[in-house]
Amino acid sequence: MSRVLLKDVRPYGAGEPVDVLINGEVIAEIGPGLNADADEIVHAGGAVALPGFVDLHTHLREPGREDAETVETGSMAAALGGYTAVFAMANTDPVADNAVIVEHVWRRGREVGLVDVHPVGAVTVGLKGEKLAELGTMRRSVAEVRVFSDDGHCVHDPLIMRRALEYTKSFGGVVAQHAEEPRLTLGAQAHEGANAARLGLAGWPAPAEEAIVARDCLLAGHTGGTLHICHVSTEGTAEILRWWKSRESAGRVSAEVTPHHLLLTDDRLDTYDPVNKVNPPLRGDADVLALRQALADGTVDCVATDHAPHAAQDKDCEWSAAKPGMLGLQTALGIVVQTMVRPGLLDWRGVARVMSERPAEIAGLTDQGRPVAAGEPANLVLVDPEAEWTVRGAELASLGENSPFEGMQLPGRVVATLLRGRLTAHEGKVRR
Amino acid sequence: MRHLLSTEDLDVATATSLLDTADTLKQTLLGREVKKLPTLRGRTVVTLFYENSTRTRVSFEVAGKWMSADVINVSASSSSVGKGESLRDTALTLAAAGADCVIIRHPASGSAHRLAGWLDEAGTQVINAGDGMHEHPTQALLDAATLRERLGELAGRRIAIVGDLLHSRVARSNVHLLRTLGAEVVLVAPPTLVPAGAQHWGAEVRHELDPELPKLDAVMMLRVQAERMHGGFFPSAREYSIAYGLNEARLGMLPEHAVVLHPGPMLRGMEIAPAVADSPRAAITQQVSNGVHVRMAVLYHLLAGEEITA
Ligand SMILES: [Zn+2]
Repeated sequence: MSRVLLKDVRPYGAGEPVDVLINGEVIAEIGPGLNADADEIVHAGGAVALPGFVDLHTHLREPGREDAETVETGSMAAALGGYTAVFAMANTDPVADNAVIVEHVWRRGREVGLVDVHPVGAVTVGLKGEKLAELGTMRRSVAEVRVFSDDGHCVHDPLIMRRALEYTKSFGGVVAQHAEEPRLTLGAQAHEGANAARLGLAGWPAPAEEAIVARDCLLAGHTGGTLHICHVSTEGTAEILRWWKSRESAGRVSAEVTPHHLLLTDDRLDTYDPVNKVNPPLRGDADVLALRQALADGTVDCVATDHAPHAAQDKDCEWSAAKPGMLGLQTALGIVVQTMVRPGLLDWRGVARVMSERPAEIAGLTDQGRPVAAGEPANLVLVDPEAEWTVRGAELASLGENSPFEGMQLPGRVVATLLRGRLTAHEGKVRR
Repeated sequence: MRHLLSTEDLDVATATSLLDTADTLKQTLLGREVKKLPTLRGRTVVTLFYENSTRTRVSFEVAGKWMSADVINVSASSSSVGKGESLRDTALTLAAAGADCVIIRHPASGSAHRLAGWLDEAGTQVINAGDGMHEHPTQALLDAATLRERLGELAGRRIAIVGDLLHSRVARSNVHLLRTLGAEVVLVAPPTLVPAGAQHWGAEVRHELDPELPKLDAVMMLRVQAERMHGGFFPSAREYSIAYGLNEARLGMLPEHAVVLHPGPMLRGMEIAPAVADSPRAAITQQVSNGVHVRMAVLYHLLAGEEITA
């Protein structure tokens, strides 16, 4: 069994630096001045130690668009970003709406071995919103699918949504909803507001998200099913969630926010550069501030990247022809530090909560999002809280280069990532 | 001026200078039998139209030819739109083939901006001849040229833009330009055809036409596209016409000197009564002829890059 000794780390950023001894896949001992035979010693220089991050919302593009991303390149980006588990969305080509595809993705994740890749199963066949996919079969497959989503599309038929929430209840499934009432967003290209009006882009109105979120909370409450709201983007949605969670009978509803919705607004659209095109769209200042507040107070449970790599030709085109989405795995931490930690909205315990513990709980993972403590699985990330770094697209591991953060300076650098005791990333390099 | 993408980018000096140039060119060519200036000899101008618009394309073509440029018309079917690579590849091909200027009409908002980005390095200049619901700057310039001829200076004038503001690139371009030139703009439309956020355009927004009419120096009618009529934006063409159509009674409510504009093609009977369109108060044919001079002025500023003197 290999032994790794982490010298000079601060669990959750608090207290004096200590050493962490990892034996095999488990944290063996934590304390000052540990002196053990180790196969590898990592000098961490006072880095913050947190449980490895868990991303509930990643697009890995395999199978079908291996020119945009593969399980391998996405896993590399995840490890470099501090992640030890990611959930691969089902909108691949072919769609992950059956056991064969989810098992393929799961197996590729195991072969690459940098991060636990959990496939998300489609809720409906072909993401069409008409007929439930074989949810139970995907659950019983080797991939043990637990999270189901038609992401990219909304499960907009209320009856199908009700059935999905009811049906998945029997095996502890979670329905993750991309909340977008399609009639209200017909042709939508940008957040409905002054900028879209000026630029002549058809608007994506906030109530298109909010109406579905409100409806689905009611359906989750009524059915007792488990609902997760993907990429919350508006102040109104935060208000609905706050109201819903304040009820006695709130039931199981959780929500995520993306790093880009915590940082960017629709005033970036002026150049019509599709690198800023994302769905739901970048919104206004009030939305950004409300989302930060909602994440800080737990109304929104966690951060999820919606990492969405695209091939160059799918972005280097007219705005309306461009595919929505931006890279997220390697910049998520920096943005959370910038928007939440630096302004004092979250401390490092809070970061562990929103980037690791809550996502793991929501998805029912028992070996991720665990405390940094002896006897726990050694899924860890070490973060240099003071380091500033400049985002360079060419240095990102993803095949796509669609990062709106290109050239931006971000705080908080990932020093190392460990998956079950093995270094998967160290000082900006992937370790295989 | 590097490109002409939007009237939002035009400051008052540039806008005025373009209008003055158009005016000078008009006077210069007036009564000439052969309307040909040697100014742009040897320059290649390409019209790249992804949407049919005979009126705009011909206007640019005539403008280019009157200045002795080589004008090449490229029509691309809008069915190729959406296959992302097509516009970029076409742009790079045109630049490689030596186009000095590309005039683009495209159904996607922002496509002229994107084109300019791709062509910057090649030094090819871009004129936006209408991009989606965004802008149509030369239309706004020709409207302003027409209004200047009829009204004199535009500063302090009150001008209404009436109709489908939501989908209208003509409205967006006109609001910016008219305000830059010092006019007051009032937007009149049913609420369903006013874009969310139009209150930030610096123009008043009204939903009733009649109370505005006596205060106006000009009224600019917009085209209502047939497909909008069935999109639930308003109950019926009849109801629209009753509320917003410019009929003879409404013409009578305008001050004597007020001018009526329409970018064409007109829906006679619905947006505008035939007698109004044909009345001397309407400047619709003047708009078309000014279109050529304004486009000559734009090509001149972009490609010759110096002031013209009579
Ligand atoms: Zn989504």
